[in-house]
Amino acid sequence: MTVAALHSWLMTDTPASRRQAATGNAYRALLAILANPAALAGLVIVSLLLVMAAFAPLLAGGVSPIAPDLLHRLAPSSAEHWFGTDELGRDIYARVVYGARVTLTIVVLVSIVVAPIGLAVGTLSGYLGGWIDVALMRITDIFLAFPRLVLALAFAAALGPGIENAVIAISLTAWPPYARLARAETATIARSDFIAAVVLQGASTPRILFRHIVPLCLSSVIVRLTLDMAGIILTAAGLGFLGLGAQPPTAEWGAMVSSGREVVLDQWWVATIPGIAIFVVSLGFNLLGDGLRDVFDPKSA
Amino acid sequence: MILRNRAALFASRLLRLAGTVLLTFVGLTAVTFSIGRFIPVDPVIAVVGDHATHEVYEKTRLAMGLDRSIPEQYLIYLGRIVHGDLGQSMLTSQRVIDDLYQYFPATFELATVATLIGVLVGIPAGVIAGAQKGRWPDHLVRVVGLFGYSVPVFWLGLVGLFIFYGKLDWVAGPGRLDVAYEDIVTRHTGVILIDSALAGEWDVFRNAFAHLILPASILGYFSLAYIARMTRSFMIDQLSQEYVTAAVIKGRSFWGAVWHHAFPNIMVPLITVVGLSYASLLEGAVLTETVFAWPGLGLYITRSLFNADMNAVLGGTLVVGAVFIGVNMICDFLYRIFDPRLRFA
Repeated sequence: MTVAALHSWLMTDTPASRRQAATGNAYRALLAILANPAALAGLVIVSLLLVMAAFAPLLAGGVSPIAPDLLHRLAPSSAEHWFGTDELGRDIYARVVYGARVTLTIVVLVSIVVAPIGLAVGTLSGYLGGWIDVALMRITDIFLAFPRLVLALAFAAALGPGIENAVIAISLTAWPPYARLARAETATIARSDFIAAVVLQGASTPRILFRHIVPLCLSSVIVRLTLDMAGIILTAAGLGFLGLGAQPPTAEWGAMVSSGREVVLDQWWVATIPGIAIFVVSLGFNLLGDGLRDVFDPKSA
Repeated sequence: MILRNRAALFASRLLRLAGTVLLTFVGLTAVTFSIGRFIPVDPVIAVVGDHATHEVYEKTRLAMGLDRSIPEQYLIYLGRIVHGDLGQSMLTSQRVIDDLYQYFPATFELATVATLIGVLVGIPAGVIAGAQKGRWPDHLVRVVGLFGYSVPVFWLGLVGLFIFYGKLDWVAGPGRLDVAYEDIVTRHTGVILIDSALAGEWDVFRNAFAHLILPASILGYFSLAYIARMTRSFMIDQLSQEYVTAAVIKGRSFWGAVWHHAFPNIMVPLITVVGLSYASLLEGAVLTETVFAWPGLGLYITRSLFNADMNAVLGGTLVVGAVFIGVNMICDFLYRIFDPRLRFA
């Protein structure tokens, strides 16, 4: 199939199958993002993060991110060490590259915990209504009113430091907005005619929820997730900075900034460079999220 | 008759608000209780140590009420909180509530000055950006906001220290005061700027200000980014309405319409925005306080955390959470009072 034929197959107003309609929609969204420079920049940054995480050993040139080299402590930038070395003589460039893996792990884990919980609470609440709705939304409101970082801190302190516990701590405080969002979407969807039609056809409640309501809530949840990503990365980095995230010697950006604290006045690069990495990645997710929101939800832009 | 209705309406709303606040507090205590009760550490060993005899262990266990059922333990916990008893800090061996009283003013001072910066810069910037939509002031505010949403606060603090303290020497370093100025002023409010001004010790005041300005500006920047973004979108919303066009047609200048017609209408939702950002600064101060060795609640919580001082951590969490919830609820209430459309709804 030629490019032109593929393009017209994707852009057709009369798709022949569900698959064609779905890929067509995805293609249109991609075109819209490519046409938006800011969103495109975000997409590039996020893709770079993925590439860095996938090919970390290759990109680091075989340099270990954790093996200390005390002879070359706190060396400034040079041809051998592009970003200099840290207090144990480890190459900061290699550590930044490997740090992408930790950041990506946290982001992915939080997403796959938070989105299903939010969707489950929100769709159940919105579809079933009644006292279940009241009870679930009260619980959501209570969690929504909590201070996120402090609570994540208390959780991480109770569970002990580590990536998994940081993920649990962040997830426990991050799900309420998703429940709210899914509930609002469900409330409108549940009133539409096609839901009434499947109810008359005898579909069970779980089937209606999973096959008809959840797929329609998914796009706004994904947009919201992308917009929240920066906040999740910053909270994770904050926990890492306080020593409650990934444990040494793992290369984690927040912890790396923290390790450069003592020497910030003399060897500024140790703390500064991993911080720039955090900033760039959060910026990328923010740009991409703004772009996705413009594409999927032009009303709230 | 109308007056009585209004009073009744007000009372019922106040009651409902009190109900929400109460429920949220109960939820918060349930969470802190669960964290305290189900941490992997044995709470008895945390008190008596590893080498205690079996008798001492049992006695302490009974004294701590750990033989009772979980709901009973929770009620006891609630009762103690109501009486202001948050337990003893192992680190300072003082009552946690006294520690918090000691540390709270520093956070209060930092968050308040930061919010002032956010309001004084953020609101005008947002109004101008909204009125000049699509032109350079608008883009500038968007970029500043985007940066604020993406930059890690602890990193910005370190870079700020490196540049303004390390290189330029414009501000004082970490901490609230230089050692030489400590303990000169007696504590009235705990807010050094106020205490030193009351005592007329202007040297202390200047020193405190030099210490405060950098962390407050950095926190204020985050609040500015949020406030400006919200102000901008409120402004765009108002300016698209017909009353603005009508005012301009009747001969009002454009900026006159912006400030005298549109701005009063966005003040009500702005109350909520400012309140939300203030509440989030109270907790966002945790990381900033760590970077600047600022002796506030955040530093207290993190320091206790690394010494496994769970009473102090949970007490601090509870107080920060309570203030956070309280500020949010007050804003919600003020919003309803100030918005004439909601007053009778």
